[in-house]
Amino acid sequence: MEITEKMVAKTATKLSADEIQKGKVLSVKWTPKLKYAWDNGPAIGRYLAELKNGKIIAKKCDKCHRIMIPPRMFCELCWVPTGEWIYVQDTGIVNTWVVSYVDWKATRLDIEGGVRPLTPAVIEIDGASKGMGILHHLNDVDPWKIYRGMKVKAVWKPPEERTGAITDIKYFKPIK
Amino acid sequence: MSKRVAIIGIGTTGFRATTPDVSYRELTYEAAMKAYLEARIEPKDVDSFVATSEDFFEGYSIADEYSPDQLGAVLKPIYTIPGDFIHSLASAYMMILSGIGPISVVQGLSKASNMLTLSEMVTFAMDPIYNRPLKESPHAVAGLEMARFMYETGATREQCARVVVKNKRNALNNPYAGHGVLIDTDYVLNSEVISYPLTQMDISPHSDGAVVVVLAEEETAKALCDQPIWIRGIGWCSDTPGLETRNWGEAIYAQMAGEMAYKMAGIRYPRKEIHFAEINDEFSYKELQHLEALRICKKGEAGPLTEIGGTEINGEFPVNPSGGNLGVGNLYELNGGLKVLEVVRQLRGEAGKNQLKNMTTGLAQSWRGVPTTTGTVVILSN
Ligand SMILES: [Zn+2]
Repeated sequence: MEITEKMVAKTATKLSADEIQKGKVLSVKWTPKLKYAWDNGPAIGRYLAELKNGKIIAKKCDKCHRIMIPPRMFCELCWVPTGEWIYVQDTGIVNTWVVSYVDWKATRLDIEGGVRPLTPAVIEIDGASKGMGILHHLNDVDPWKIYRGMKVKAVWKPPEERTGAITDIKYFKPIK
Repeated sequence: MSKRVAIIGIGTTGFRATTPDVSYRELTYEAAMKAYLEARIEPKDVDSFVATSEDFFEGYSIADEYSPDQLGAVLKPIYTIPGDFIHSLASAYMMILSGIGPISVVQGLSKASNMLTLSEMVTFAMDPIYNRPLKESPHAVAGLEMARFMYETGATREQCARVVVKNKRNALNNPYAGHGVLIDTDYVLNSEVISYPLTQMDISPHSDGAVVVVLAEEETAKALCDQPIWIRGIGWCSDTPGLETRNWGEAIYAQMAGEMAYKMAGIRYPRKEIHFAEINDEFSYKELQHLEALRICKKGEAGPLTEIGGTEINGEFPVNPSGGNLGVGNLYELNGGLKVLEVVRQLRGEAGKNQLKNMTTGLAQSWRGVPTTTGTVVILSN
Protein backbone atom coordinates (compact mmCIF):
# COMPACT_ATOMS: atom_id res chain seq x y z
CA MET A 1 0.00 0.00 0.00
CA GLU A 2 1.14 3.50 -0.78
CA ILE A 3 1.56 5.84 2.17
CA THR A 4 -1.34 8.01 0.99
CA GLU A 5 -3.67 5.01 0.82
CA LYS A 6 -2.77 4.01 4.36
CA MET A 7 -3.59 7.48 5.62
CA VAL A 8 -6.87 7.56 3.76
CA ALA A 9 -7.87 4.12 4.99
CA LYS A 10 -7.20 4.81 8.65
CA THR A 11 -8.05 8.45 9.17
CA ALA A 12 -10.22 9.85 6.42
CA THR A 13 -13.96 10.38 6.41
CA LYS A 14 -15.45 10.16 2.97
CA LEU A 15 -17.54 13.16 1.98
CA SER A 16 -20.16 13.48 -0.71
CA ALA A 17 -20.47 16.55 -2.92
CA ASP A 18 -23.87 17.10 -1.32
CA GLU A 19 -22.37 17.35 2.17
CA ILE A 20 -19.89 19.95 0.98
CA GLN A 21 -22.51 21.97 -0.90
CA LYS A 22 -24.87 22.00 2.08
CA GLY A 23 -22.12 23.40 4.31
CA LYS A 24 -22.00 20.33 6.58
CA VAL A 25 -18.21 20.53 6.64
CA LEU A 26 -15.95 23.39 7.63
CA SER A 27 -15.51 25.79 4.82
CA VAL A 28 -13.43 28.96 4.99
CA LYS A 29 -14.25 31.89 2.77
CA TRP A 30 -11.79 34.74 2.34
CA THR A 31 -11.98 37.51 -0.20
CA PRO A 32 -8.51 39.01 -0.34
CA LYS A 33 -8.40 42.78 -0.70
CA LEU A 34 -5.54 43.26 -3.10
CA LYS A 35 -5.46 46.81 -4.41
CA TYR A 36 -2.63 48.32 -6.40
CA ALA A 37 -1.98 51.74 -7.88
CA TRP A 38 0.62 50.99 -10.52
CA ASP A 39 2.77 53.93 -11.59
CA ASN A 40 2.71 53.84 -15.39
CA GLY A 41 5.90 55.79 -15.91
CA PRO A 42 6.49 58.21 -18.79
CA ALA A 43 6.10 55.72 -21.65
CA ILE A 44 2.87 53.92 -20.81
CA GLY A 45 1.60 57.12 -19.19
CA ARG A 46 1.82 59.03 -22.45
CA TYR A 47 0.52 56.05 -24.47
CA LEU A 48 -2.68 56.10 -22.40
CA ALA A 49 -2.96 59.91 -22.45
CA GLU A 50 -2.76 59.83 -26.25
CA LEU A 51 -5.41 57.12 -26.47
CA LYS A 52 -7.68 59.56 -24.66
CA ASN A 53 -6.93 62.02 -27.49
CA GLY A 54 -7.88 59.33 -30.00
CA LYS A 55 -4.28 58.81 -31.10
CA ILE A 56 -1.75 56.01 -30.93
CA ILE A 57 1.82 57.03 -30.09
CA ALA A 58 5.02 55.05 -30.50
CA LYS A 59 8.64 55.61 -29.53
CA LYS A 60 11.62 55.05 -31.77
CA CYS A 61 14.92 53.32 -31.02
CA ASP A 62 17.74 55.24 -32.70
CA LYS A 63 19.94 52.15 -32.79
CA CYS A 64 17.75 49.42 -34.30
CA HIS A 65 15.32 52.00 -35.78
CA ARG A 66 12.29 50.09 -34.54
CA ILE A 67 9.18 52.23 -34.01
CA MET A 68 7.69 50.58 -30.97
CA ILE A 69 4.23 50.30 -29.46
CA PRO A 70 3.50 50.17 -26.65
CA PRO A 71 6.17 52.88 -26.29
CA ARG A 72 9.03 52.29 -23.87
CA MET A 73 11.78 54.48 -22.42
CA PHE A 74 14.53 52.05 -23.39
CA CYS A 75 14.98 49.50 -26.16
CA GLU A 76 14.97 46.07 -24.55
CA LEU A 77 17.10 44.64 -27.38
CA CYS A 78 19.69 47.42 -27.91
CA TRP A 79 19.84 48.45 -24.22
CA VAL A 80 19.77 52.16 -24.97
CA PRO A 81 17.28 54.91 -24.08
CA THR A 82 14.72 55.38 -26.87
CA GLY A 83 14.49 58.53 -28.97
CA GLU A 84 11.60 60.48 -30.44
CA TRP A 85 7.87 60.01 -29.97
CA ILE A 86 6.09 59.19 -33.22
CA TYR A 87 2.35 59.12 -33.89
CA VAL A 88 1.31 56.01 -35.78
CA GLN A 89 -1.95 55.21 -37.58
CA ASP A 90 -5.05 53.74 -36.02
CA THR A 91 -5.15 51.21 -38.85
CA GLY A 92 -3.25 47.99 -39.34
CA ILE A 93 -3.38 44.38 -40.44
CA VAL A 94 -4.34 41.19 -38.61
CA ASN A 95 -1.26 39.20 -37.55
CA THR A 96 -3.11 36.40 -35.78
CA TRP A 97 -6.65 35.91 -34.46
CA VAL A 98 -8.91 33.33 -32.91
CA VAL A 99 -12.61 32.50 -32.89
CA SER A 100 -13.31 31.92 -29.23
CA TYR A 101 -16.35 30.10 -27.79
CA VAL A 102 -15.33 30.83 -24.20
CA ASP A 103 -14.88 34.14 -22.38
CA TRP A 104 -12.00 35.16 -20.09
CA LYS A 105 -13.52 33.26 -17.17
CA ALA A 106 -13.61 30.14 -19.38
CA THR A 107 -17.42 30.32 -19.39
CA ARG A 108 -18.98 28.89 -22.58
CA LEU A 109 -20.75 31.45 -24.69
CA ASP A 110 -24.24 30.60 -25.90
CA ILE A 111 -23.18 30.34 -29.51
CA GLU A 112 -26.21 28.22 -30.52
CA GLY A 113 -28.45 30.80 -28.88
CA GLY A 114 -27.06 33.41 -31.24
CA VAL A 115 -24.17 34.90 -29.24
CA ARG A 116 -21.32 35.97 -31.49
CA PRO A 117 -18.03 34.19 -30.72
CA LEU A 118 -15.26 36.47 -29.46
CA THR A 119 -12.49 37.32 -31.91
CA PRO A 120 -9.38 38.57 -30.14
CA ALA A 121 -6.60 39.53 -32.52
CA VAL A 122 -3.10 40.95 -32.66
CA ILE A 123 -3.06 43.90 -35.03
CA GLU A 124 0.18 45.17 -36.55
CA ILE A 125 -0.25 48.91 -36.53
CA ASP A 126 0.52 50.96 -39.66
CA GLY A 127 3.52 53.18 -39.05
CA ALA A 128 4.98 50.97 -36.32
CA SER A 129 7.69 48.41 -37.04
CA LYS A 130 6.80 44.96 -38.27
CA GLY A 131 5.59 42.80 -35.43
CA MET A 132 4.67 45.81 -33.28
CA GLY A 133 1.01 46.09 -32.51
CA ILE A 134 -2.00 46.01 -30.28
CA LEU A 135 -3.91 43.09 -28.80
CA HIS A 136 -7.59 43.93 -29.16
CA HIS A 137 -11.00 42.68 -30.29
CA LEU A 138 -12.25 42.46 -33.85
CA ASN A 139 -15.87 43.27 -34.50
CA ASP A 140 -18.31 44.27 -37.24
CA VAL A 141 -17.08 41.22 -39.14
CA ASP A 142 -18.21 37.62 -39.60
CA PRO A 143 -15.83 35.68 -37.31
CA TRP A 144 -15.32 33.09 -40.03
CA LYS A 145 -14.39 35.66 -42.66
CA ILE A 146 -11.40 37.11 -40.83
CA TYR A 147 -8.09 36.41 -42.56
CA ARG A 148 -4.42 36.95 -41.88
CA GLY A 149 -3.35 40.30 -43.32
CA MET A 150 -6.88 41.70 -43.26
CA LYS A 151 -6.87 45.52 -43.07
CA VAL A 152 -8.58 46.92 -39.99
CA LYS A 153 -9.18 50.27 -38.29
CA ALA A 154 -9.83 51.30 -34.69
CA VAL A 155 -13.38 52.14 -33.65
CA TRP A 156 -13.00 54.72 -30.87
CA LYS A 157 -15.31 55.55 -28.03
CA PRO A 158 -16.72 59.09 -28.23
CA PRO A 159 -14.18 61.57 -26.72
CA GLU A 160 -16.32 62.27 -23.64
CA GLU A 161 -16.37 58.57 -22.76
CA ARG A 162 -12.60 58.02 -23.05
CA THR A 163 -10.63 57.55 -19.84
CA GLY A 164 -7.05 57.07 -21.04
CA ALA A 165 -7.25 53.28 -21.30
CA ILE A 166 -6.77 50.61 -23.93
CA THR A 167 -10.57 50.30 -23.92
CA ASP A 168 -10.84 53.85 -25.36
CA ILE A 169 -10.62 51.85 -28.58
CA LYS A 170 -13.82 49.79 -28.59
CA TYR A 171 -12.55 47.32 -31.20
CA PHE A 172 -11.02 47.12 -34.66
CA LYS A 173 -13.17 46.60 -37.76
CA PRO A 174 -12.32 45.71 -41.35
CA ILE A 175 -11.68 48.41 -43.95
CA LYS A 176 -11.10 48.23 -47.67
CA MET B 1 36.56 26.92 -2.01
CA SER B 2 38.21 26.54 -5.38
CA LYS B 3 37.01 29.72 -7.03
CA ARG B 4 36.20 33.12 -5.63
CA VAL B 5 33.29 35.33 -6.68
CA ALA B 6 33.17 39.12 -6.35
CA ILE B 7 30.71 41.97 -6.71
CA ILE B 8 32.16 44.05 -9.55
CA GLY B 9 29.31 46.49 -10.03
CA ILE B 10 26.30 47.73 -8.10
CA GLY B 11 23.63 50.19 -9.18
CA THR B 12 20.68 51.72 -7.40
CA THR B 13 17.98 54.33 -7.85
CA GLY B 14 18.13 55.24 -4.19
CA PHE B 15 15.05 54.79 -2.06
CA ARG B 16 12.04 57.07 -1.67
CA ALA B 17 8.61 56.74 -0.09
CA THR B 18 6.98 57.10 -3.50
CA THR B 19 8.18 57.02 -7.11
CA PRO B 20 5.19 58.27 -9.10
CA ASP B 21 7.37 59.40 -12.02
CA VAL B 22 8.51 55.92 -13.07
CA SER B 23 7.20 52.40 -13.45
CA TYR B 24 9.01 49.31 -12.19
CA ARG B 25 10.57 49.09 -15.66
CA GLU B 26 12.39 52.44 -15.54
CA LEU B 27 13.34 51.85 -11.89
CA THR B 28 15.15 48.61 -12.67
CA TYR B 29 16.59 49.99 -15.92
CA GLU B 30 18.28 52.85 -14.05
CA ALA B 31 19.81 50.54 -11.43
CA ALA B 32 20.92 48.04 -14.08
CA MET B 33 22.47 50.70 -16.30
CA LYS B 34 24.53 52.03 -13.39
CA ALA B 35 25.63 48.53 -12.34
CA TYR B 36 26.69 47.54 -15.85
CA LEU B 37 28.55 50.82 -16.35
CA GLU B 38 30.48 50.28 -13.12
CA ALA B 39 31.30 46.69 -14.07
CA ARG B 40 32.30 47.80 -17.60
CA ILE B 41 29.97 45.26 -19.17
CA GLU B 42 26.95 45.21 -21.43
CA PRO B 43 23.99 42.89 -21.01
CA LYS B 44 25.33 40.70 -23.82
CA ASP B 45 28.33 39.86 -21.61
CA VAL B 46 26.11 38.43 -18.86
CA ASP B 47 25.84 34.64 -18.65
CA SER B 48 22.89 34.41 -16.26
CA PHE B 49 20.38 36.71 -14.58
CA VAL B 50 18.45 36.26 -11.33
CA ALA B 51 15.50 38.54 -10.59
CA THR B 52 13.65 38.81 -7.28
CA SER B 53 9.90 39.28 -6.94
CA GLU B 54 6.80 38.09 -5.15
CA ASP B 55 3.58 38.04 -7.14
CA PHE B 56 1.30 39.55 -4.50
CA PHE B 57 3.70 42.46 -4.03
CA GLU B 58 3.84 43.16 -7.76
CA GLY B 59 0.13 42.59 -8.33
CA TYR B 60 0.67 40.23 -11.25
CA SER B 61 0.58 36.47 -11.17
CA ILE B 62 3.73 34.98 -12.66
CA ALA B 63 5.32 38.44 -12.26
CA ASP B 64 8.72 36.96 -13.10
CA GLU B 65 7.76 36.97 -16.78
CA TYR B 66 8.02 40.77 -16.67
CA SER B 67 11.66 40.86 -15.55
CA PRO B 68 13.82 40.39 -18.71
CA ASP B 69 13.31 43.67 -20.64
CA GLN B 70 14.62 46.19 -18.12
CA LEU B 71 17.68 44.05 -17.34
CA GLY B 72 18.70 43.56 -20.96
CA ALA B 73 17.94 39.88 -20.39
CA VAL B 74 15.63 39.22 -23.33
CA LEU B 75 16.41 35.76 -24.77
CA LYS B 76 19.03 35.16 -22.07
CA PRO B 77 19.09 32.65 -19.20
CA ILE B 78 16.98 34.28 -16.45
CA TYR B 79 14.74 33.15 -13.62
CA THR B 80 13.14 34.74 -10.59
CA ILE B 81 13.46 33.93 -6.91
CA PRO B 82 10.35 34.67 -4.85
CA GLY B 83 12.46 35.36 -1.78
CA ASP B 84 14.90 37.88 -0.41
CA PHE B 85 17.47 39.65 -2.60
CA ILE B 86 20.26 37.70 -0.85
CA HIS B 87 18.56 34.42 -1.87
CA SER B 88 18.96 35.63 -5.45
CA LEU B 89 22.56 36.62 -4.76
CA ALA B 90 23.22 33.08 -3.50
CA SER B 91 21.63 31.64 -6.63
CA ALA B 92 23.77 33.79 -8.92
CA TYR B 93 26.87 32.89 -6.88
CA MET B 94 26.09 29.20 -7.36
CA MET B 95 25.56 29.66 -11.08
CA ILE B 96 29.04 31.10 -11.45
CA LEU B 97 30.61 28.33 -9.37
CA SER B 98 28.70 25.65 -11.27
CA GLY B 99 30.23 26.81 -14.54
CA ILE B 100 27.18 28.39 -16.21
CA GLY B 101 29.45 31.32 -17.00
CA PRO B 102 31.73 33.86 -15.32
CA ILE B 103 29.26 36.78 -15.05
CA SER B 104 25.89 36.80 -13.32
CA VAL B 105 23.46 39.62 -12.53
CA VAL B 106 21.05 39.95 -9.59
CA GLN B 107 18.05 42.28 -9.55
CA GLY B 108 15.70 43.41 -6.79
CA LEU B 109 12.88 45.95 -6.79
CA SER B 110 10.40 47.53 -4.43
CA LYS B 111 7.27 49.34 -5.54
CA ALA B 112 5.78 49.17 -2.07
CA SER B 113 4.01 52.50 -2.60
CA ASN B 114 1.86 50.81 -5.26
CA MET B 115 0.46 48.29 -2.78
CA LEU B 116 -2.64 49.99 -1.41
CA THR B 117 -3.73 47.16 0.88
CA LEU B 118 -0.40 46.09 2.36
CA SER B 119 -1.87 44.90 5.63
CA GLU B 120 -4.38 42.63 3.87
CA MET B 121 -1.62 41.24 1.65
CA VAL B 122 0.43 40.25 4.68
CA THR B 123 -2.62 38.81 6.45
CA PHE B 124 -3.18 36.73 3.31
CA ALA B 125 0.16 35.05 4.04
CA MET B 126 -1.24 33.47 7.23
CA ASP B 127 -2.73 30.00 7.43
CA PRO B 128 -6.26 30.18 5.98
CA ILE B 129 -7.79 27.50 8.22
CA TYR B 130 -6.59 28.25 11.72
CA ASN B 131 -4.93 31.72 11.72
CA ARG B 132 -6.66 33.94 9.20
CA PRO B 133 -10.21 33.55 10.60
CA LEU B 134 -8.94 35.28 13.78
CA LYS B 135 -8.17 38.42 11.72
CA GLU B 136 -5.10 39.50 13.68
CA SER B 137 -3.09 42.47 12.41
CA PRO B 138 0.33 41.64 10.96
CA HIS B 139 1.74 44.18 13.42
CA ALA B 140 0.26 42.12 16.26
CA VAL B 141 2.51 39.26 15.09
CA ALA B 142 5.52 41.57 15.39
CA GLY B 143 4.28 42.77 18.76
CA LEU B 144 4.00 39.20 20.04
CA GLU B 145 7.58 38.55 19.01
CA MET B 146 8.84 41.82 20.51
CA ALA B 147 7.16 41.03 23.84
CA ARG B 148 8.67 37.54 24.02
CA PHE B 149 12.11 38.79 22.96
CA MET B 150 12.06 41.49 25.65
CA TYR B 151 10.95 38.96 28.28
CA GLU B 152 13.69 36.47 27.39
CA THR B 153 16.58 38.91 27.06
CA GLY B 154 15.66 41.77 29.36
CA ALA B 155 15.77 44.21 26.44
CA THR B 156 13.77 47.36 27.15
CA ARG B 157 11.55 49.62 25.08
CA GLU B 158 14.12 52.37 25.65
CA GLN B 159 16.84 50.23 24.08
CA CYS B 160 14.60 49.49 21.09
CA ALA B 161 13.91 53.24 20.85
CA ARG B 162 17.68 53.87 20.76
CA VAL B 163 17.86 51.69 17.63
CA VAL B 164 15.24 53.91 15.98
CA VAL B 165 17.00 57.14 16.99
CA LYS B 166 20.40 55.87 15.77
CA ASN B 167 19.21 54.49 12.45
CA LYS B 168 17.07 57.46 11.53
CA ARG B 169 20.01 59.74 12.36
CA ASN B 170 22.41 57.67 10.23
CA ALA B 171 19.94 57.93 7.34
CA LEU B 172 20.29 61.72 7.32
CA ASN B 173 23.80 61.33 5.93
CA ASN B 174 22.88 58.64 3.40
CA PRO B 175 21.88 60.26 0.10
CA TYR B 176 19.94 57.10 -0.84
CA ALA B 177 17.77 57.13 2.30
CA GLY B 178 14.29 58.60 2.43
CA HIS B 179 13.29 58.40 6.10
CA GLY B 180 16.11 60.13 8.00
CA VAL B 181 15.12 62.37 10.89
CA LEU B 182 16.61 63.66 14.14
CA ILE B 183 14.47 62.50 17.08
CA ASP B 184 15.03 61.40 20.67
CA THR B 185 13.98 58.25 22.49
CA ASP B 186 11.02 59.99 24.13
CA TYR B 187 9.62 60.73 20.70
CA VAL B 188 9.74 57.02 19.88
CA LEU B 189 8.40 55.89 23.26
CA ASN B 190 5.49 58.33 23.05
CA SER B 191 4.57 57.60 19.46
CA GLU B 192 1.20 55.99 18.74
CA VAL B 193 0.78 52.50 20.18
CA ILE B 194 0.26 49.92 17.44
CA SER B 195 0.52 46.54 19.18
CA TYR B 196 2.10 47.24 22.55
CA PRO B 197 5.06 47.11 23.13
CA LEU B 198 5.32 47.99 19.43
CA THR B 199 4.69 51.67 18.61
CA GLN B 200 4.45 53.51 15.30
CA MET B 201 8.10 54.62 15.36
CA ASP B 202 9.33 51.05 15.97
CA ILE B 203 8.03 50.11 12.52
CA SER B 204 10.03 50.85 9.37
CA PRO B 205 8.05 52.87 6.80
CA HIS B 206 8.01 51.46 3.28
CA SER B 207 10.14 52.69 0.36
CA ASP B 208 10.46 52.18 -3.39
CA GLY B 209 13.68 51.56 -5.29
CA ALA B 210 15.83 49.09 -7.19
CA VAL B 211 19.25 47.50 -6.79
CA VAL B 212 21.19 45.56 -9.41
CA VAL B 213 24.44 43.73 -8.69
CA VAL B 214 26.98 42.28 -11.13
CA LEU B 215 28.89 39.23 -9.89
CA ALA B 216 31.98 37.76 -11.53
CA GLU B 217 34.32 34.85 -11.02
CA GLU B 218 37.82 35.75 -9.77
CA GLU B 219 39.75 36.06 -13.03
CA THR B 220 37.02 38.09 -14.74
CA ALA B 221 36.56 40.20 -11.62
CA LYS B 222 40.22 41.14 -11.50
CA ALA B 223 40.30 41.94 -15.20
CA LEU B 224 37.24 44.20 -15.07
CA CYS B 225 37.31 45.75 -11.64
CA ASP B 226 39.82 47.70 -9.55
CA GLN B 227 37.89 47.23 -6.34
CA PRO B 228 36.20 43.82 -6.32
CA ILE B 229 34.20 43.07 -3.18
CA TRP B 230 34.51 39.36 -2.44
CA ILE B 231 31.73 37.08 -1.28
CA ARG B 232 33.33 35.24 1.61
CA GLY B 233 30.32 33.36 2.84
CA ILE B 234 26.59 33.18 2.20
CA GLY B 235 23.76 31.46 4.02
CA TRP B 236 20.00 31.20 4.23
CA CYS B 237 17.54 29.38 6.43
CA SER B 238 13.83 29.02 7.19
CA ASP B 239 12.28 28.01 10.52
CA THR B 240 8.93 26.22 10.80
CA PRO B 241 6.28 28.78 9.79
CA GLY B 242 3.67 28.00 12.46
CA LEU B 243 2.65 30.97 14.57
CA GLU B 244 1.92 28.45 17.32
CA THR B 245 5.18 26.56 17.34
CA ARG B 246 7.92 28.92 16.18
CA ASN B 247 10.57 30.21 18.53
CA TRP B 248 9.22 33.67 19.41
CA GLY B 249 12.16 34.85 21.46
CA GLU B 250 15.10 33.99 19.27
CA ALA B 251 15.63 34.41 15.53
CA ILE B 252 16.87 30.86 14.90
CA TYR B 253 16.54 31.36 11.12
CA ALA B 254 19.10 34.20 11.32
CA GLN B 255 21.37 32.17 13.59
CA MET B 256 21.43 29.20 11.21
CA ALA B 257 21.85 31.40 8.11
CA GLY B 258 24.71 33.15 9.89
CA GLU B 259 26.42 29.90 10.90
CA MET B 260 26.19 28.67 7.31
CA ALA B 261 27.87 31.85 6.07
CA TYR B 262 30.48 31.83 8.89
CA LYS B 263 31.45 28.25 8.09
CA MET B 264 31.95 29.08 4.43
CA ALA B 265 33.97 32.19 5.31
CA GLY B 266 36.01 30.39 7.97
CA ILE B 267 34.81 32.81 10.65
CA ARG B 268 34.81 31.58 14.25
CA TYR B 269 34.48 34.80 16.23
CA PRO B 270 32.10 37.05 14.29
CA ARG B 271 32.38 39.99 16.69
CA LYS B 272 36.15 40.15 16.05
CA GLU B 273 36.46 38.94 12.50
CA ILE B 274 33.58 41.05 11.14
CA HIS B 275 33.90 44.82 11.54
CA PHE B 276 30.40 46.14 10.94
CA ALA B 277 26.98 44.89 9.93
CA GLU B 278 23.87 45.86 8.04
CA ILE B 279 21.12 44.08 9.96
CA ASN B 280 17.43 43.71 9.24
CA ASP B 281 15.66 46.28 11.43
CA GLU B 282 12.22 46.18 9.88
CA PHE B 283 11.06 46.60 13.48
CA SER B 284 13.36 48.21 16.07
CA TYR B 285 13.68 45.07 18.24
CA LYS B 286 14.70 42.98 15.22
CA GLU B 287 18.09 44.69 15.09
CA LEU B 288 18.78 43.59 18.67
CA GLN B 289 17.34 40.11 18.15
CA HIS B 290 19.29 39.56 14.93
CA LEU B 291 22.57 40.80 16.46
CA GLU B 292 22.23 38.16 19.17
CA ALA B 293 21.23 35.42 16.71
CA LEU B 294 24.32 36.18 14.64
CA ARG B 295 26.60 35.86 17.72
CA ILE B 296 27.72 39.47 17.29
CA CYS B 297 26.24 39.97 20.75
CA LYS B 298 25.56 37.48 23.50
CA LYS B 299 21.94 36.91 24.47
CA GLY B 300 20.76 39.98 26.35
CA GLU B 301 23.77 42.05 25.34
CA ALA B 302 22.51 43.82 22.20
CA GLY B 303 20.23 46.20 24.12
CA PRO B 304 22.88 47.39 26.61
CA LEU B 305 25.48 47.68 23.81
CA THR B 306 23.08 49.88 21.86
CA GLU B 307 22.34 51.96 24.95
CA ILE B 308 26.00 52.87 25.46
CA GLY B 309 26.40 53.77 21.77
CA GLY B 310 28.36 50.64 20.84
CA THR B 311 26.48 50.23 17.56
CA GLU B 312 26.83 53.86 16.45
CA ILE B 313 29.02 54.74 13.47
CA ASN B 314 31.86 55.64 15.83
CA GLY B 315 31.02 52.75 18.19
CA GLU B 316 32.79 49.51 18.89
CA PHE B 317 30.68 47.56 16.36
CA PRO B 318 28.77 49.81 13.94
CA VAL B 319 25.34 48.50 12.96
CA ASN B 320 23.26 49.89 10.10
CA PRO B 321 25.42 52.87 9.15
CA SER B 322 23.08 53.21 6.13
CA GLY B 323 20.17 54.03 8.40
CA GLY B 324 18.76 50.53 8.05
CA ASN B 325 15.17 49.77 7.21
CA LEU B 326 14.03 52.25 9.85
CA GLY B 327 15.91 55.08 8.14
CA VAL B 328 15.97 53.96 4.51
CA GLY B 329 12.71 52.06 4.42
CA ASN B 330 11.12 48.65 4.28
CA LEU B 331 11.78 47.40 0.76
CA TYR B 332 10.21 43.94 1.16
CA GLU B 333 11.96 41.45 -1.12
CA LEU B 334 14.63 44.08 -1.83
CA ASN B 335 15.59 44.43 1.85
CA GLY B 336 18.69 42.27 1.40
CA GLY B 337 19.69 44.48 -1.54
CA LEU B 338 19.76 47.56 0.66
CA LYS B 339 22.04 45.74 3.12
CA VAL B 340 24.43 44.50 0.41
CA LEU B 341 24.52 47.97 -1.17
CA GLU B 342 25.65 49.63 2.06
CA VAL B 343 28.27 46.97 2.88
CA VAL B 344 29.73 47.39 -0.61
CA ARG B 345 29.75 51.20 -0.34
CA GLN B 346 31.48 51.00 3.03
CA LEU B 347 34.10 48.49 1.85
CA ARG B 348 34.86 50.64 -1.20
CA GLY B 349 35.12 53.80 0.90
CA GLU B 350 32.13 55.43 -0.81
CA ALA B 351 29.89 55.98 2.21
CA GLY B 352 30.54 59.72 2.52
CA LYS B 353 29.81 61.21 5.94
CA ASN B 354 28.87 57.77 7.28
CA GLN B 355 32.16 56.19 6.16
CA LEU B 356 33.63 53.74 8.68
CA LYS B 357 37.38 53.44 9.13
CA ASN B 358 39.80 50.54 9.48
CA MET B 359 37.51 47.76 8.36
CA THR B 360 37.77 45.06 5.73
CA THR B 361 34.83 42.75 6.39
CA GLY B 362 31.11 43.49 6.66
CA LEU B 363 27.99 41.40 7.11
CA ALA B 364 24.64 41.94 5.38
CA GLN B 365 21.61 40.21 6.85
CA SER B 366 17.99 40.15 5.81
CA TRP B 367 14.64 38.74 6.92
CA ARG B 368 11.52 38.27 4.80
CA GLY B 369 9.32 40.14 7.27
CA VAL B 370 6.07 39.25 9.03
CA PRO B 371 4.85 36.53 9.18
CA THR B 372 7.96 34.72 7.89
CA THR B 373 10.78 32.95 9.67
CA THR B 374 13.23 33.16 6.79
CA GLY B 375 16.60 34.85 6.92
CA THR B 376 19.64 35.39 4.72
CA VAL B 377 23.24 36.42 5.40
CA VAL B 378 26.20 37.35 3.22
CA ILE B 379 29.72 38.23 4.34
CA LEU B 380 31.72 40.55 2.12
CA SER B 381 35.37 41.62 2.18
CA ASN B 382 37.42 44.06 0.14
ZN1 LIG C 1 16.79 49.10 -30.43
